[in-house]
Amino acid sequence: MYKEELAFSAPDVIVDTPMHFCPGCHHGTIHRLVGECLTDLGLVDSTICVGSVGCSVFIYNYLRLDAVESPHGRAAAVATGVKRARPENFVFTYQGDGDLAAIGLSEIIYAANRGERISVVFVNNTVYGMTGGQMAPTTMVGQKTTTCAGGRCQERDGAPLKMAEMLASLEGTAFSARVSVDSIVHLKKAKKALRKAFEVQMQGRGLGFVEFLSACPTNWHMTPLQANERVSQGLTSYFPLGNFKDTDLE
Amino acid sequence: MRTKRILVKGNEAIAMGAMDAGCECYFAYPITPQTDIPEYLSTALVEAGGEFIQAESEVAAANMLLGAAACGKRAMTSSSSPGISLMQEAISYMAGSDLPTVIVNISRGGPGLGNIDPSQGDYYQATRGGGHGDYRTMVLAPSTCQEAYDLTIEAFDLAFAYRNPVLILGDAILGQMKEPIQTWKTRGRPAGEAESWSLSGANGRDPRLLKSLYLSEGALAGHHTHLVSKYEQMHSEVRGEEVLTHDAQLVVVAYGSIARIAKNTIRTLRAEGYRVGLFRPVTLFPYPALALAELAAQGKKFITIEHNTGQMVDDVRLAIRRHADSAFLPVYPGVLPKPEDFETPIRQLMENEPQTEEVRHV
Repeated sequence: MYKEELAFSAPDVIVDTPMHFCPGCHHGTIHRLVGECLTDLGLVDSTICVGSVGCSVFIYNYLRLDAVESPHGRAAAVATGVKRARPENFVFTYQGDGDLAAIGLSEIIYAANRGERISVVFVNNTVYGMTGGQMAPTTMVGQKTTTCAGGRCQERDGAPLKMAEMLASLEGTAFSARVSVDSIVHLKKAKKALRKAFEVQMQGRGLGFVEFLSACPTNWHMTPLQANERVSQGLTSYFPLGNFKDTDLE
Repeated sequence: MRTKRILVKGNEAIAMGAMDAGCECYFAYPITPQTDIPEYLSTALVEAGGEFIQAESEVAAANMLLGAAACGKRAMTSSSSPGISLMQEAISYMAGSDLPTVIVNISRGGPGLGNIDPSQGDYYQATRGGGHGDYRTMVLAPSTCQEAYDLTIEAFDLAFAYRNPVLILGDAILGQMKEPIQTWKTRGRPAGEAESWSLSGANGRDPRLLKSLYLSEGALAGHHTHLVSKYEQMHSEVRGEEVLTHDAQLVVVAYGSIARIAKNTIRTLRAEGYRVGLFRPVTLFPYPALALAELAAQGKKFITIEHNTGQMVDDVRLAIRRHADSAFLPVYPGVLPKPEDFETPIRQLMENEPQTEEVRHV
């Protein structure tokens, strides 16, 4: 007789509901890693999640956490206000590349430089996803988007911003890494990095930052498998994976 | 209860009011003519165990305020006109998310960089929401340093009573003028005023969400129903000061510093036998329209005087539209008016003489 066994369960903090993300999008996986790390570190009860604007705006529908929405790009400033108001709580932001690296660049730089005790989950899929695939600050040179139909031109648009490296250069950043979730090996490393970005906040050491390279099949005009492949084969040459600041090692 | 008579600037009176109201978090960016407030609170608030951040911009300061308010803290920011423009995005989100905050605008001349002198050019911005979308902030307009202290304390109470941003609208005259005030409150806030909705980590209860996004069909309309009913309830807080209006043939309508200057004009003209009075709105939203309409129904004439090119006069005309109209005497930003500047236009209006000053009628 066939016996059904639950081999793979999600922690309680993750809401058991269909997500609105497109097939092959990595947001769902990254949401799950966030939920798992919060659970593993016993942070669920004390967490305040600061949402942002973009595809991840509904994070509060998928994670059972106290949450506040922030205006586009302002999550790091809102999280600063939250953390200063409730230093005993765990506070994280979840932001896309348009949100954090374009309109919110000032807010994240200053929050990191002040060494705000917050953790930042930064999802870099090299496009504005929710608005339909426009050029982002992280769009690769040559990559075609709806606002650079001939491909991003470095002379005209500048080079893509390397946020993990940029934030690593700031004194207040306690941990900064770039990870991806396109393979089991990368997933495991990503979870380790995320855990560390959470721990530095718990230890009061400063801002913890993790940049996730993330697939966007819809706006890359690829199948989920092609998009997954692009992460390692097309992005990591410019956006290398690894830890750029780890105060444990200093 | 502490009572102390001290000589302070209007800006300092506001900072002291915030301290005594139990303000726990304050975020700001330097800008003239309000910088005395961050200078005062950067020391006083931190010494009292509160949080102060000199933000990288007014945009960031307003969003830090949003975050602290989401946690139920008594929190404030202050700025002056160009900085308040930068805060409008966050103020719209605070209004949309039912967040209680206090925002001080010690306004200066505009548009653009304008100047750093007094002006009432931000009346429209203050009373019409200011940012995008349909919303209102409550607006309090003190005219003395004492009132600046008192209304700052009240602003926190009102913000939490209605879960809405409350704006204190002053100007460079009020902010920079020194006069004696009586402090009357010891530092502290009402207990439990944010416990039912603020974020503190779910910790066993259902998670809470503070947001302004309502995507599903009809949801935003439902949210507006809630906001409109809140704004209607705010009308019970409406407040205005009347000076010698009972027998007045002509009522001067002015707020803030200009009302105070006009008060002197009225004294002079009364001594000459002119039956002139003053109506000073203290709340600019909600606007004391009913009180003005009652005066208009008695057959009085009206002149609105503002330190701008004509903004509040719209609200005066709306309030009295069934009975009367209001003339308008502008004081352009960049000019400091004296009480005697208002005398001739008022005399001429009362004598039905042709106006020799710039007085506009519809």
